[in-house]
Amino acid sequence: MRRRPRPSDTRSPYIANVAAMYCSVMIVDTLDITAEQFAAGTGWVIKPEGACRADVCVPLYNGGTFDAASTAERLRMAVVHDEQAGLWAIGPESLGDRALVSAEAPDFTLGNLDGNMFRLSSLRGQKVLLVSWAPY
Amino acid sequence: MEIVTISLEMSGPEASRKYIEAASPEHPSLLDPGHLIDSLFGVVNIPNVVWIDEQGMIVRPAEPGWPGGRAEMPKAMMTSMPKMGRAPRAPEPPPDGPGMIGLLGSGQNRKTYPDAIRDWVQHGADSEFALTPEQVVERSQPRPISMSEGAAHFELANHLWLDDKRDRAISHFNESHRLQPDNWTYKRQAWSLLGNERVGGDFGRWVQAPLVGEEDAWPFDSDFGSDVAMLEAGEYYPKTL
Repeated sequence: MRRRPRPSDTRSPYIANVAAMYCSVMIVDTLDITAEQFAAGTGWVIKPEGACRADVCVPLYNGGTFDAASTAERLRMAVVHDEQAGLWAIGPESLGDRALVSAEAPDFTLGNLDGNMFRLSSLRGQKVLLVSWAPY
Repeated sequence: MEIVTISLEMSGPEASRKYIEAASPEHPSLLDPGHLIDSLFGVVNIPNVVWIDEQGMIVRPAEPGWPGGRAEMPKAMMTSMPKMGRAPRAPEPPPDGPGMIGLLGSGQNRKTYPDAIRDWVQHGADSEFALTPEQVVERSQPRPISMSEGAAHFELANHLWLDDKRDRAISHFNESHRLQPDNWTYKRQAWSLLGNERVGGDFGRWVQAPLVGEEDAWPFDSDFGSDVAMLEAGEYYPKTL
């Protein structure tokens, strides 16, 4: 079940904790976050060769210091600021102008009714059919 | 083959529970309140299906699909739905559209879709329906940066709605709809939140428009009937198979 947001901690950035391990949209109350926090929120890991996810790496020309805003820009992630709410949302990457960068299924973790987390890659070795639905 | 169902409902597990428990599935039934599979896979509607092979490679990107064949609306729903109006800011519908039933029934073929799945289960990569990695990427939904912006607004809307900052949330929902006009999960989710509040009951979530007489109290830029009326046949569930 989705947790209600907690109040901002002045010492560390508030990062919305959502049910998916691979959150492709991050909500933060400051863009001053570390590479590790960025990776945990977006699935893009910062390596010497750049920002990497699955079999794709995008070079970052930032002299080795991580900066979320410029990294988001390189990954073509929209950054939306709600000044009134004091929040930023970092959107998913839009490389190659397609939803999929690679045919490799992005791994994700989502919860079930009991709150148990389920990881897509646990089904490796079987054919899988993902089916979206909704109670509306 | 394992079917993994994913509910795109942001209100929490209770909204999905009775449907999941009624189906008593032996397969994983997951909850995706943030509609993250939209961003991850290019899902834009319900039902959408993604085929993934044993090596974790997508062989068909997100498309309209019905693994179990025809999905029928519960008969009780049709008779118990209240009369719905139109969002005041919605565009005027064209005079000669195919009508909602015609639109929802056109495009992807519901009856034959399960046959394609069976063919893939039997023949794997040799199935005519299994695509190459290049085809999979090419056929996935377009994503200009405006789509990313739409997703960002939707997540903010989600976050703020749950934090009871409804005016801000609705503003972000409207932006997400404007930026991703072909994303029906973003639209139906937002509209259903008010429908559920104002009508409630078993089918309140399917009320995705203002009630007649309450149009001025509808804060969204459009509604389901008005948006669907702007489509041509085959555009709601595009034929991909």
